[in-house]
Amino acid sequence: MIKEDWGFETGLPEAASSYAPNIDWLMYVLHTVMIGIFVVWGIYFIYCLVAYRARDGHTGTYHQTGEKASFIPDGLILAFEMWLVLAFGIPIWASVKQSTPPPAESNNIHIIAQQFAWNIHYPGPDGKFGRRDLKLVSASNSIGLDEQDPVAKDDIVTINQMQVPLGKPTILQMTSKDVIHDFWVSNFRNKQDVVPGLNTTLWFEPTKTGKFEIACAQLCGLGHTQMVGNVFVKTPEEFDSWQKSQVAEKAGTASAGSVAPAAEGKS
Amino acid sequence: MKDSHGHDAAGHGDGHGEPTSFWRKYVFSVDHKVIGIQYLITSFLFLLVGFSMMMLMRYQLAWPSPPDDFDPEKMSLLRSTIAKIFGDKMEYGFMRPDFYNQLGAMHGTIMIFLGVVPLGVAAFGNFVLPLQIGAPDMAFPRLNMASYWIYLVGGIVMMSSYFAPDGFPQSGWTSYAPLSIVAPPGQTVWCIAMLIIITSSLLGSINFIVTTLNMRAKGMTLGRMPVFVWAQLVTAVLLLLAFPVLEAGALLQFLDRVAGTSFYIPKDMMYGSTVFPAAGGGNPILWQHLFWFLAHPEVYVLLLPAMGIVAEIIATNTRKPIFGYREIVGSLILIGVLSFVVWAHHMFLSGMRTSLANLFVTTTLTISVPSVAVLSCLLLSLRGGAIRFNTPMLFALAFLPMFGIGGLTGLPLGFAPTDLHLHDTYYVIGHFHYVVAPGSLAALMGGTYYWYPKMFGRRMNETLGKIHFYMTIIPMNFIFFPMLFQGMWGMDRRLADPTLQWHNLPVQGWSVVMLFAAIVLFLGQIPFLWNFFWSLRHGEIAGENPWNATTLEWACPSPPPHGNFETPPEVFRGPYEYSVPGHKSDYWPQDEAA
Repeated sequence: MIKEDWGFETGLPEAASSYAPNIDWLMYVLHTVMIGIFVVWGIYFIYCLVAYRARDGHTGTYHQTGEKASFIPDGLILAFEMWLVLAFGIPIWASVKQSTPPPAESNNIHIIAQQFAWNIHYPGPDGKFGRRDLKLVSASNSIGLDEQDPVAKDDIVTINQMQVPLGKPTILQMTSKDVIHDFWVSNFRNKQDVVPGLNTTLWFEPTKTGKFEIACAQLCGLGHTQMVGNVFVKTPEEFDSWQKSQVAEKAGTASAGSVAPAAEGKS
Repeated sequence: MKDSHGHDAAGHGDGHGEPTSFWRKYVFSVDHKVIGIQYLITSFLFLLVGFSMMMLMRYQLAWPSPPDDFDPEKMSLLRSTIAKIFGDKMEYGFMRPDFYNQLGAMHGTIMIFLGVVPLGVAAFGNFVLPLQIGAPDMAFPRLNMASYWIYLVGGIVMMSSYFAPDGFPQSGWTSYAPLSIVAPPGQTVWCIAMLIIITSSLLGSINFIVTTLNMRAKGMTLGRMPVFVWAQLVTAVLLLLAFPVLEAGALLQFLDRVAGTSFYIPKDMMYGSTVFPAAGGGNPILWQHLFWFLAHPEVYVLLLPAMGIVAEIIATNTRKPIFGYREIVGSLILIGVLSFVVWAHHMFLSGMRTSLANLFVTTTLTISVPSVAVLSCLLLSLRGGAIRFNTPMLFALAFLPMFGIGGLTGLPLGFAPTDLHLHDTYYVIGHFHYVVAPGSLAALMGGTYYWYPKMFGRRMNETLGKIHFYMTIIPMNFIFFPMLFQGMWGMDRRLADPTLQWHNLPVQGWSVVMLFAAIVLFLGQIPFLWNFFWSLRHGEIAGENPWNATTLEWACPSPPPHGNFETPPEVFRGPYEYSVPGHKSDYWPQDEAA
């Protein structure tokens, strides 16, 4: 009934981005405090149920004491929460979401999501993205890349399988062709809605090589569950050689008269 | 109908005058008690429907796809029965993703808009509130009747979406645009049904506000109102101010779908391989703002009546005044006010301006303080009591730690940096189910046991009640706690088959546990249903005041006659005068002259 590869994990998955340890630390702090509050509170709850159960000769007490003192825990919780917001909430949020590393020193990728696939657009060795036009979208050109644009010559387009180098941040500029999707890699501890008509940004700096799953976290229709992909974090050398091989392959097919973008892996 | 009942209707012009015909008395009644019971039964039916849908989804989630050695010839009896009933929607008992999305959207919509809110607000509010303030009826009895019938029509229209091409709406109960704009026709029915249901709620909320403010008995000052009445008053104000926003939002979505407008459709949006035929220029995030501007206060609409019920039950069964009456009432009001400035904590990652998150994190964490205050007052109310452990009290007591878990797990979700990981995962599902199911719904079940003697003049069976209690609260924990684990690991919500994503496999085992717990929970509702109907005829006769309680609803006969009180009651003291030193008994009803 329970298959071999199914499990009963209770914690967080492996952390694989530069800010993941900060977020995990906050997660542990919050859950420790939550469990602490619940246990203290639960012990008092059970004590009351036992000590003040109805029995012969025991009556309720009319007079209340400590009405003012009961505001103390409220105040403590408010103080703890505001400390949390000011010391960690605002700074960490600002570093993850309100700013990105300098684009010139990062690996830049555009994502054009659609039902139910992640189109991944790399600028290639020149670092410049070719022009995209909705009118050029076709079965073989899912993002509408204008191959006449000189800077598009070395652009690489893949579907669902994303390659990124270790050692520098990757910045994703994302938009959607149709409905709202959400780019989410649990090991990076970050997600971001991908909205039609809007550009949203997500950045991460991987801290280990390997394969991490991309999932869509916003209900996007029938194939929502299957809208998955992988991020392959490679050493810079591996990444460069992958990029070179893709560009060479594209040049080869282009000279053979086809403009089909290189699509690696299955959708 | 006019001909045969015209006479009765005329007699109802002022909302008094006892009706004599069956139809006027039990069906098209303007009596708040009959309407309350109609709401009670209808909303329990919807809860059962929503729950059954969930049973099917949990079955799917436990074994989402056929194993490699699957043999259609050797299916279990359950699987082959399910396959037979649902045909191509569940071939070999495995659910088609669109059917999963339909059930998901309907489960949420039914449970919230047709189940828990009508039960908490309309059923108990209608039955109990006028009695507790000593009023003969609601302020607008015919409006009250209209609310119920509009609600019922809305519910039926919502369910009828099944017959639309491609079935039920399937864009989630949140119906995010533009998915909901391009969705099959069931979504249009959703919009229409929501417009009807919201209209019903708005009529009801006006009625509750006017009744509470204008119909109180002599001596029933605001400071002597039971906590339940305060909770209903705050709830009604929330509904009145928040629901029109969703009503407008749903109307705009309806227009986008049928009239070619583009409120939520951006320029050059594609659908499949073509450009979607609309002018564009709209904004999908606008829908989310309009939706959550209602739907966050709505969470407190689910919660506040439950808190009120718990306060009533705890005061009665600890035989002492509740702790911090003024603190509780003040906190309820503060929750109501703050609930209007927290909505965008659902939208940290929606693409709205990221700096806005800081504001909404702050307001969200602030609103936890009055919630903590209510909960600690209820907990401290136990201190110094003489606690009776009857069925209503068990449910009320269970509410405290269960809502505690629900509230605490809201913390890492409302806190933006940790929400980056937990947003849209099962952690969210676990969190709000703890608030609504073993929280609100448990309180509402406690309220059913507590006020049943007043509604029908007989008590429900205690043994069956306790079996129902344990078979409800324990399995609920085995369903909702593993959701927190799955979410922590990163399993998303709304996945028809989570095993298609390899990173979910290490937590998939929990889904099997959850299915078995759900089956126990389902079986645990049988004693409740049996008890409810059996006790109508065979329950112990209750008498006027079976719990020896102090509030006014216990001062009239059980069940109360048309017009409730034989003589208008007068109130002399606060709502919870239990164990007053020197008084002849351990309770001193509000209407008893000194």
